Amino acid sequence: MSTTLFDRPTLKADYGNYIGGKFVAPVDGHYFDVTTPTDGTVITKVARSNSKDVELALDAAHAAYATWKHSSVTERSNMLLKIADIVEANHHKLAAIETLDNGKSIRETINADVALVIDHFRYFAGVIRAEEGSVSELDQHTVSMNIKEPVGVVAQIIPWNFPLLMAAWKIAPALAAGNCVIVKPAEQTPVGLSVLMELVGHLIPPGVLNIVHGFGPEAGKPLAQSSRVHKVAFTGETTTGRLIMQYASENLNPVTMELGGKSPNIFFKSVMDQDDAFLNKCVEGAVMFALNQGEVCTCPSRILVHEDIYDAFMERVIARTKAIKMGNPFDTNTMMGAQASEDQFNKILSYIKIGQEEGAELLCGGAPAELDGDYSNGYYIQPTILKGHNKMRVFQEEIFGPVVAVTTFKTTEEALEIANDTLYGLGAGVWTRDSHELYQVPRAIEAGRVWVNCYHAYPAHAPFGGYKQSGFGRETHLMMLNHYRQNKNMLISYDKNALGFF
Amino acid sequence: MNPRVAFTPEAKALMDELRAFHGPIMFHQSGGCCDGSSPMCFALDDFKIGQVDVYLGDVDGAPFYMSSSQFEYWKHTHLTLDVTPGRGSSFSIEIPTGKRFMIHSRIFTDQEMAELPEPPQGKQH
Repeated sequence: MSTTLFDRPTLKADYGNYIGGKFVAPVDGHYFDVTTPTDGTVITKVARSNSKDVELALDAAHAAYATWKHSSVTERSNMLLKIADIVEANHHKLAAIETLDNGKSIRETINADVALVIDHFRYFAGVIRAEEGSVSELDQHTVSMNIKEPVGVVAQIIPWNFPLLMAAWKIAPALAAGNCVIVKPAEQTPVGLSVLMELVGHLIPPGVLNIVHGFGPEAGKPLAQSSRVHKVAFTGETTTGRLIMQYASENLNPVTMELGGKSPNIFFKSVMDQDDAFLNKCVEGAVMFALNQGEVCTCPSRILVHEDIYDAFMERVIARTKAIKMGNPFDTNTMMGAQASEDQFNKILSYIKIGQEEGAELLCGGAPAELDGDYSNGYYIQPTILKGHNKMRVFQEEIFGPVVAVTTFKTTEEALEIANDTLYGLGAGVWTRDSHELYQVPRAIEAGRVWVNCYHAYPAHAPFGGYKQSGFGRETHLMMLNHYRQNKNMLISYDKNALGFF
Repeated sequence: MNPRVAFTPEAKALMDELRAFHGPIMFHQSGGCCDGSSPMCFALDDFKIGQVDVYLGDVDGAPFYMSSSQFEYWKHTHLTLDVTPGRGSSFSIEIPTGKRFMIHSRIFTDQEMAELPEPPQGKQH
């Protein structure tokens, strides 16, 4: 592949909140520094909001909702299509900003993050035009009619691993369903959404989409706790998920939660029956743990491989992992960039250490990656493979880094037992040439998404969400619309006669 | 002394800084996505402890809890509460300081495991 080196984007000196259709300074005038994990330097300042700013956003959202709730499906659909067009026209600009903000390589932000943002806005623009309600004639004189209505003003708390894409997953269905939205981006990665609002803000009626920056305990908490919010959507970890549900319970608010996983990636014996293109795909599938530096809720962080093919298969997986090119994240040849923050960097290293203390064997990696020059102060970790057993903590906890734990199995039953021995149930991978296995095994895995002979594909139109402690709700699909809507049932009588009770 | 969770001087200094502003504090060990696997710090009782949580003891006077399902996979490890620079996410109250609580772990010896009592479940503070 020929090299393209993207320019490092230049940002404004500071970004305020986006409330009521314009950028506004935080009420108390405080900002916080944003650093880029690519080299640890400060790149801009962002509003450090508190409950006063949240109240302003709630005022704007409620004012807008009075008219937005009557917007036509056509109006909302066209707006989402225009947003998608502008994102597409600024595809590389937004990708470079996402790389600067999050640290991931430009090849991923171009081909995954921003490409999927465009597709998700178009998908939700499309499905609402095709949707219809339902009418049932219950008897000769009685008709039941179901009409979908938006829930109102919704709060969305966005993670830092795919800052723009996770925002799009939540914003697109909420707006498509007719809600007004207040988004709290992650404090590590607040820039992309601000730049997006600079580009598309004029397409959206003032107050319909509001962005409030700041820290979780200062801005996220009053937003999640507010009695003026009608629904809360959250992607993150389990303790904060529980805390948000506690707040929501005070308001009897519905919530959707996506709380991570420890996804098994299972390689059956038949994958090595031939040395062909499919085997090559399987090896890449095992190395997918390094996508996005492993900072993915569905990171295939447990490789389960049949013991008969372990040596031959893992030899290829290790070789492919060692070939992962790290370097300047703005270079299209760089395969893996920086971890998103210093605390993540240190946490990942502590897991590599505890894994080895528990007796796991280090097959490759296991240390920070030393980059040259400008990027020597960034947070880079070598892709790491540990061999052990499923009771080890590195097999049970989401490390959220480029670290995979591999173990073997003898039978399909044992593979399933290991795969399901986890608190989580978000993703899983099954790789086989056997047509029975590729149906029966995924059905027996307790996870919301099972990739069969593929991994890490996130097309709109295929629902995504968790079983068990991974949460609930199904994103990237029209199913998500109903998480942002009420069902209005009109039960109509065409009978002129009294019942005769009174 | 808490046999399951220790703390570093840096952790104590950050806890003191937070207590000066928030009053008494507590910890709940998280799991899952993003900032999962990090300990979360809250003003005491801001996070509701349930019967599913186990109490691992106090850390410099602050109660430390973890969900019992997660504890099943953690119970053979000794934890040390420490601090790292970095902009964590989540609702943990130290986030605005630019520092983040983190956990270092080591494996208990067989003798330590034999002497450790089972931690109680539910709210203990």
